[in-house]
Amino acid sequence: MAEPVLKLSNLTKTFGALKATDDVSLDLKPGEIHALIGPNGAGKSTLIHQIAGSLRPDTGSIRFLGHDVGALGVPERARMGLGRTFQISSLTPEFSALRNVMLAVQARQGTSFRFFRPVMRDRTLTEPAMAMLERVGLAGRAAVPAAELSHGERRQLEIAIALALGSKAFLLDEPMAGMDPEGSKTLTGFLDQLRAEAPILLVEHDMDAVFALADRITVLVYGRVIATGTVEDIRNDADVRRAYLGEEA
Amino acid sequence: MTRETLISLAIVLALLAIPLWATAAGETFYITLATRMAILALAAVGLNIALGLGGLVSFGHAAFFGIGGYAAGILASHAFNMEPLPFGLPGTNAMPVIWIVAIVASGLVALAIGAISLRTAGVYFIMITLAFAQMIFYFAISWPAYGGEDGLSIFVRNQFPGVNTLNGLSFFFVCFTLLIASLGLFSLLRASRFGAALQAARQNEQRLATVGIAPYRIRLAAFVISAMVTGLAGALFADLNRFVSPSMLSWHMSGELIVLIILGGVGRLAGPVAGAMLYVAFEYFLGGITERWQLFLGLLLLAVVLFARGGVVGLLAGKARHG
Ligand SMILES: Nc1ncnc2c1ncn2[C@@H]1O[C@H](COP(=O)(O)OP(=O)(O)OP(=O)(O)O)[C@@H](O)[C@H]1O
Ligand SMILES: [Mg+2]
Repeated sequence: MAEPVLKLSNLTKTFGALKATDDVSLDLKPGEIHALIGPNGAGKSTLIHQIAGSLRPDTGSIRFLGHDVGALGVPERARMGLGRTFQISSLTPEFSALRNVMLAVQARQGTSFRFFRPVMRDRTLTEPAMAMLERVGLAGRAAVPAAELSHGERRQLEIAIALALGSKAFLLDEPMAGMDPEGSKTLTGFLDQLRAEAPILLVEHDMDAVFALADRITVLVYGRVIATGTVEDIRNDADVRRAYLGEEA
Repeated sequence: MTRETLISLAIVLALLAIPLWATAAGETFYITLATRMAILALAAVGLNIALGLGGLVSFGHAAFFGIGGYAAGILASHAFNMEPLPFGLPGTNAMPVIWIVAIVASGLVALAIGAISLRTAGVYFIMITLAFAQMIFYFAISWPAYGGEDGLSIFVRNQFPGVNTLNGLSFFFVCFTLLIASLGLFSLLRASRFGAALQAARQNEQRLATVGIAPYRIRLAAFVISAMVTGLAGALFADLNRFVSPSMLSWHMSGELIVLIILGGVGRLAGPVAGAMLYVAFEYFLGGITERWQLFLGLLLLAVVLFARGGVVGLLAGKARHG
């Protein structure tokens, strides 16, 4: 058995009286796509926030690449290789698509305290950034400010940024949301390839994509894991069908 | 050349034209006015690094302006009276030395103020920078050694090797050259990796952190650099007036710097220059007509905020482009 890249043990997080994360344990193994599904408000995004470091769990531990990262902030975890995208795109709106990716390339090179050389003439920044845009199919939109990109293009741009970081695990929060069927299909194909580069924890409502991609699926309801298993297991799990897929068992 | 570059050039040349015309016409008072514009512009270019690029609304930059001013005043008074400073260091009337002291002192104070203030954001940041500046203001008032409330005179303008600084036009050129250098620094910073991170921190702090860059350190560095430029301007301002007093440290001064950046264009290269020219012109011409010139300034400011978000530069050059 390969060591998991990411391992969550007994995480809990409450907002007042609400248990948004209730004793959640799960892991992400090399080369896999682990889908995290559940109804609205189940606590999926809250879990992603805790892994990325933007929320602190009340209890439990998060191990990444063999290290306990619980005490680290967002930038430190990002530098270790946790690449995440947001359910609601989070970009630098005034910068072009290219500059958004260049920021990630710059961060990866660890050199933000350089004061004089213009970034737009620095090919160690522009070329890798352009290559990432090409990979996600955004090269033609490189010069467009992020604020002027379409919804789907912004999702692609976020993925390009996570790629540029050389992430060792991807945390993708609903990357298909708001995409047309054509876009989702292309992205499904893309993520299928991406898992070879680094494993993916995939939060997604698009069941076709989930069933096509996932090696394992974890189902979250009211902050609790109600089932974990292969696509087949989950399709046939009576609890899941009742609680989530909305069918009478 | 982009449109913004052309506009910037035109604005800077317009400033240069004032003292040249004044000299030709024998209207030496306008040289002083233009020098005041150049110095306030320099101070605002400094603030524009924090405010324009980093989105850090510092309401305490008068602290650095005043520290620069007092550096000039204190060093000059010790040189004049031939009294050594603490540790037996001599005073000086050499501008280059004074400038370095002004820059270093403002930078160190900014490091302390920034380290604390930058743990807050938004309105809290505005209030805490104001509070620190007010502390320094009251300290200056209650410190009798250098004039306290009455301020400190510089009896002979400090000197720059090879330049007769007593000549108004020459002193203008000294200030103008430093202004141009600061504009060069601003555009280098804006285009650099540091500038990219700083502008990203303003646009979306979460995004910056998610790529692995901690916004705090970037902002702190920007705050310090910003204060150093404003501190240098303070030293020149003291030399222009041959006088430094706590008023340089007051919150009016901080507000004035913010106002003239908003007038000229926040984050724009020549914004502070256009703003300073407009502000000083207003102060002089309207101030000559009515005591209530600031009321009209307020109306102008309101018009800018409502109808011309990018200030004068935005009006002339359109929206900023980031590449
Ligand atoms: N900062 C917060 N403060 C209080 N409650 C919160 C906070 N963030 C999330 N919640 C609540 O926690 C619960 C889980 O929210 P979360 O966004 O994680 O759900 P989700 O599974 O991502 O849902 P969706 O599918 O709609 O994205 C919800 O009830 C939400 O209202
Ligand atoms: Mg969510």
